[in-house]
Amino acid sequence: MKPEFFRKFNFLFGTAVVALAAAAFLVLTFERPTIETVQSGFRGTSMGQVYNTRTLTAVQARNTVPEMDEAIPNDPESPRASEIYENVQILGHLSVEQFGRIMLAMSEWIYPNAENPAESCNGCHVPGNFAAEDMYTKHVARRMLQMVHTINTTFSNHVNANGEVGVTCYTCHRGQAVPAAVWSQEPSNAAPSRMWAVAGEQNRPVTATGYATLPTDPFTPYLWGDEEIRVISGAARERNNNQSILQTEWTYGLMMHMSTSLGVNCTFCHNSRSFASWDSSTPQRVTAWHGIRMVRAINNDYIESLRDRFPPNRLGPLGDTLKVNCSTCHVGVYQPLYGAPMLRNYPELILPTQTAAPAADPSAPVQPAAAPAAAPALN
Amino acid sequence: MEYQFIFTRVQPHPPSYPGVPLPRDNQARVGKPMHSRLLGLFADAQIGPFYLGWLGLLSVACGFIAFEIIGLNMLASVNWNVVEFIRLLPWLALEPPGPQWGLRIPPLNQGGWWLMAGFFLTASVLLWLARTWRRADQLGLGQHTFWAFAAAIWLFLVLGFLRPLWMGSWSEAVPFGIFPHLDWTAAFSIRYGNLFYNPFHALSIVFLYGSVLLFAMHGATILAVARFGGEREVDQAMDRGTAAERAGIFWRWTMGFNATYESIHRWAWWFAVLTPLTGGIGILLTGTVVDNWYLWAIEKRFAPAYPAVWGPIIDPTR
Repeated sequence: MKPEFFRKFNFLFGTAVVALAAAAFLVLTFERPTIETVQSGFRGTSMGQVYNTRTLTAVQARNTVPEMDEAIPNDPESPRASEIYENVQILGHLSVEQFGRIMLAMSEWIYPNAENPAESCNGCHVPGNFAAEDMYTKHVARRMLQMVHTINTTFSNHVNANGEVGVTCYTCHRGQAVPAAVWSQEPSNAAPSRMWAVAGEQNRPVTATGYATLPTDPFTPYLWGDEEIRVISGAARERNNNQSILQTEWTYGLMMHMSTSLGVNCTFCHNSRSFASWDSSTPQRVTAWHGIRMVRAINNDYIESLRDRFPPNRLGPLGDTLKVNCSTCHVGVYQPLYGAPMLRNYPELILPTQTAAPAADPSAPVQPAAAPAAAPALN
Repeated sequence: MEYQFIFTRVQPHPPSYPGVPLPRDNQARVGKPMHSRLLGLFADAQIGPFYLGWLGLLSVACGFIAFEIIGLNMLASVNWNVVEFIRLLPWLALEPPGPQWGLRIPPLNQGGWWLMAGFFLTASVLLWLARTWRRADQLGLGQHTFWAFAAAIWLFLVLGFLRPLWMGSWSEAVPFGIFPHLDWTAAFSIRYGNLFYNPFHALSIVFLYGSVLLFAMHGATILAVARFGGEREVDQAMDRGTAAERAGIFWRWTMGFNATYESIHRWAWWFAVLTPLTGGIGILLTGTVVDNWYLWAIEKRFAPAYPAVWGPIIDPTR
């Protein structure tokens, strides 16, 4: 063949290789700007959050606060709800004005489509007979009111860790009868085999674990059960820590879920040079620790305990309830609804002690609130 | 001069070279040599003849068995669906036995296959190692390739066999899988308190990056002096010509010191070999001698301390 052919071939081949390498470099290395970083630790520790302003816009759109009325006082002159309406078990202590207001708010938060005859008041009440007990949703709603109260009181160290924020029904529901991010147990990733090793608990790309190969259901052991999360040895040389690497991957999966749910990376809570050390962690880690206990209490005491109430279409494929995890409230943000203090406008959700069922989980520890989040000098 | 050293425009196509005569007890090399113009653009145009021999044949067979065991278990884990197998391949794995099995031999579906795949893969690389020795010996070469390959096998055996043995559990070993072995690596580092504080891990990184740097420096130097015949390294080592002088002067000018045409290859060989040697030591000590490398580094006073900008953060369980 002629030398020109090779010159041409060399040129084309070289160009193709360079173009391919450049494309791979661009696609795999860069994210379309604009990227913003927020330093969150001492300089040199590489602690910081990385945000892409484009994705941030989408996340913000999912976390807007609905229109709210100003709170009204519990006027002692007005009649009580229990005096006017029949069968008011949880909110009977409210004035009729407050009662009407919170009922309306709940219908807008949970069954907002008034055009649909099955929504609005009819989501929980039998039309024409509001005192009737026929709808399972009414029983669930009562338990949920008690749950909201428990969250705002027993778990104040989670929901009020950064300002008096608290939660309302809207924190999770966001205009839907079933919050968008709920979980239930899933069938094994692979059909069990007597012959082959199929590793049915892991090795699938799922959002919860950031598309890694970690165990795909970190919720059952840690957010329903109370399995030990800590795996790292507590001393340079330690005899009695038999936590395996597989066990570490379970914890890792839970941490990936927390990270993806809050739209933050590891260094929001940890100094990643030592994940285990509390003294190099941030106050958010303490808040998260209480959050894990809160979610366990919600799932066990307030949702799984209602399993028999739910119709089959409100249960997961293995028959357990649709439970909460960090995503349910946080929806991609470090503080649900960017910390909007909605509870302030709805004091009706704080129950008097006799109607608020005590937290069924006495082991849920009450801890002093996290260290104040005053802006520290990061240098 | 038309002859050049890369993207060779002129490809000499002499009669194929069959190789030096073999000792009498050797099998003959197999295959009639051929020439490829395309491969000639990148390297030597002659392909073959091959010498596989019994060691090579057994090595390939063992490697194939391990490959099949891993692949079939992965395929079973997507219910024998080939499309899913291709889609999920980077995520699939053959996992080691669970911690409950210790060093016992579990049923096939609970890690037995992993042990078997590991056995055949180990047999395969060891047979190939032996073959490397034999082939170099028959050609009258030094055993540098043998020892370099042995260094890599050392790290492989530490990860998959020696350390699990010392820890008393097969579950400490690495899964066979593309992403799974990467996630294993991250989890391994986290479990044992951050491998970056392991000094042997640090040494391994030094030699790894050092190898890359030396490779780039050497490649650049030789290409740069090729116009003076510098790519004929053996000639230059035996009888220094202007290429060797200019290369040496360049490095003395830029950094005051230069390797020779002979010594640069010893530098490169030692850097490459020390990468897995030191890395293997670091892995072997993890969980056996040191359980938390970060706390060990605190104890040995080489982890820097930073101010607690968030104030004292107390473990809520305390």
